[in-house]
Amino acid sequence: MFDSLSDKLSKAMKTLRGHSKLTEANIEAALREVRMALLEADVHVQVARTFLSRVKEKALGKDVLDGLNPAQAFIDIVHQELTAIMGGQVDEHPLNYASKGPTVVMMVGLQGAGKTTTSGKLAKFLKKAGRSPLLVPADVYRPAAIEQLHIVAKDAGVPSFRTEEKDPVAICKAALKEAELKGWDTVILDTAGRLHLDEQLMEELSKIKATCEPSEILFVADAMTGQDAVRSASAFHEKLAITGVVLTKADGDTRGGAAFSIKEVTGQPVKFVGEGEKLDDFQRFHPDRMAQRILGMGDVLSLIEHAKDRIDEKDAEQIAQRLAKNQFTLEDMRKQFQQVKKLGSMQKIIGMMPGMGQMKEQLASVASDKRVTHMEAILNSMTPKERANPNLLDGKRRRRIALGAGRPVHEVNQLLKQYLEMKKMMSQMNDPKFMQKMQRMAGGKGMPGMGGGLGGFKMPF
Amino acid sequence: MGLLDGLLDKFKQGLRRTQELVLSPIQGLLGLRRLDEDQLQELEDLLLQADLGVHAVDRLMARLRFEMKRSGDIDPRAALKDELLKILHLHPSRPLTAGETQVLLLVGVNGVGKTTTLGKLAAHLKARGEGVMVVAGDTFRAAAIDQLEAWGVRAGVPVVRNQMGGDPAAIAYDGAASALAKSIPWVLIDTAGRLHTKDHLMKELDKIRRSLQKVIPSAPHRVFMVLDATTGQNGITQAEAFKQVAGVTDLILTKLDGSAKGGVVVPILERLKLPIAYVGVGEGVDDLIPFDPEAFVDGLLGA
Ligand SMILES: Nc1nc2c(ncn2[C@@H]2O[C@H](COP(=O)(O)OP(=O)(O)OP(=O)(O)O)[C@@H](O)[C@H]2O)c(=O)[nH]1
Ligand SMILES: [Mg+2]
Repeated sequence: MFDSLSDKLSKAMKTLRGHSKLTEANIEAALREVRMALLEADVHVQVARTFLSRVKEKALGKDVLDGLNPAQAFIDIVHQELTAIMGGQVDEHPLNYASKGPTVVMMVGLQGAGKTTTSGKLAKFLKKAGRSPLLVPADVYRPAAIEQLHIVAKDAGVPSFRTEEKDPVAICKAALKEAELKGWDTVILDTAGRLHLDEQLMEELSKIKATCEPSEILFVADAMTGQDAVRSASAFHEKLAITGVVLTKADGDTRGGAAFSIKEVTGQPVKFVGEGEKLDDFQRFHPDRMAQRILGMGDVLSLIEHAKDRIDEKDAEQIAQRLAKNQFTLEDMRKQFQQVKKLGSMQKIIGMMPGMGQMKEQLASVASDKRVTHMEAILNSMTPKERANPNLLDGKRRRRIALGAGRPVHEVNQLLKQYLEMKKMMSQMNDPKFMQKMQRMAGGKGMPGMGGGLGGFKMPF
Repeated sequence: MGLLDGLLDKFKQGLRRTQELVLSPIQGLLGLRRLDEDQLQELEDLLLQADLGVHAVDRLMARLRFEMKRSGDIDPRAALKDELLKILHLHPSRPLTAGETQVLLLVGVNGVGKTTTLGKLAAHLKARGEGVMVVAGDTFRAAAIDQLEAWGVRAGVPVVRNQMGGDPAAIAYDGAASALAKSIPWVLIDTAGRLHTKDHLMKELDKIRRSLQKVIPSAPHRVFMVLDATTGQNGITQAEAFKQVAGVTDLILTKLDGSAKGGVVVPILERLKLPIAYVGVGEGVDDLIPFDPEAFVDGLLGA
């Protein structure tokens, strides 16, 4: 339902090609579109307003660089600004550790945000980083919450604290003592979900904080949260002075504007993102990716992210790196075809790419096209050496490959041509001039030759 | 004494009014007879803060502007209420009426309150004197079955379960078959939370449906999508996907006891023509109430 922001911006600023400066008049329509995009992404109204006035200030009078149109120059400023606000560079050390004694990390948040799963993920993450965490179930209210944490701890391969205590403050206190005794260096307190309006339960958190003196208080927030994120996050922050945010359930299709709102009202960094139900689905936070996602701009990275549910993560990352370095090989192409087959629908992914809104439909059928299978067969019939170095593929080898794949030779030739085109396209992706071209096409009739199936299929996915 | 009490009451009342105005600036705006451009903008912002979404708010604002053009004084509260109620009244929820065995399925994304709502619903039906059986269809999340069992005890109803990691479609089948055999009118099936974008998990819901239909061809009789009131615009794609795959018949809006208004149901209802059956207003067994459009709109408009 959401057109990508880039699509909208190019529409809004279509008439402005040739302008060389950003002016009040020529960015007005764009500002409206960005506001709309932010609101559709659930960024809080006030936060959006403040942000837009900051962007406007930055943009006015800026020169439009050669090869860019005003829309692109503007979106560039918007993106940079949002990335900066979301945290700019990623901290090398995500967490503060206590200088002496066990480090206490306290997980807080609303009901259903995902604290228990996140506690387990964090424990596993820290364990991999060489620490020895202890998980502490402090949710005595929700049925089976304690049992849930014990199971999660077992999955994560870390100990969890068992006690006869029934009071959350007492449980946390006892756990801390046990950690000191047994040498666990990080204590993760999984507190019960609660409403920020519930004074009594908020007071309980204050008591736990006073008793355990946590080095980190992480506010766990659902990425799908709407405008209320501002109210809940600021209430938790006011009461507890949180030190960071963990964004959960970001593996869906939410644009995640809540992350921006929370960052803006608490000033505390988003440290981690949960992207799945498995304990390994837990990552450091990347401000630039988040900024693109909120803006609905899409890029190769978020495209890969979106597909991650069904594609091999290591492969995806490698391919992303290769794309960035322009080292894309036939082997990568093969992996991508394998992934395409795993992807049910490419529509969503294509929709995330700038300027491609209108190509969605045309591309939808490609994933199920049997030509993908044919091309994969051709790639499979090459030796790893050949896939790594397409220059080896002389006429003789091509005939052998065709025979092995049971396809005519001209299909092998076609595939190689497409590979070269894809490679060229990848290098262009980083080139602003290319984006301009894409947008012009999107404004017209879509990509030329797209209707003809794979003959004109230039996309890697 | 009496005089002093009266004064104190008045004072308290006044304080509350001030508090309301400060805490809920929307009250002030909605009380005006005409709004200037700034006030309209402010009102628009406040409506957006209820998660109604850009399109719904645009329409509400258009109505206000139209009315202002047409007549001297307007009543913004009445106009907005009218506009919102039109949508909310469009598709009223059918009451749950006991008869032959009916299967209710609860679906939704992770953590929205499916299991809790199922527990409350079981208690509610049981309190009406009707037989209820609940089925632990979440065999995936850690301790989900234990959680449902605790609710079974709380509601005083039997729980059908198998082991963790078991096939949800199989346990749903068992539950429906057992209720049918015992002529229990209500079977409530819990399901694991899942994001609507995960095709393979969504397909599992279809499988559950199909295996229920092997027992009772008309099952599931109702499919409730549980929606957390704090959800933003993503609620729309959630509802679209769950309706398409799981055949959602009603929404249940939870966590309305918080500060979120749940405004995203307005675009959802409008688009998908679904009713809201119940709202959740707390974690207790009684904190489930039938949806009341008037009260809900009052909440949205900050009353
Ligand atoms: N304040 C409030 N909390 C609620 C309400 N409904 C559910 N909760 C709480 O929300 C949390 C999650 O509820 P669950 O019932 O476990 O949610 P679920 O959808 O079954 O979660 P998963 O099965 O993990 O996807 C629990 O702490 C509930 O007590 C409500 O109406 N108000
Ligand atoms: Mg559940």
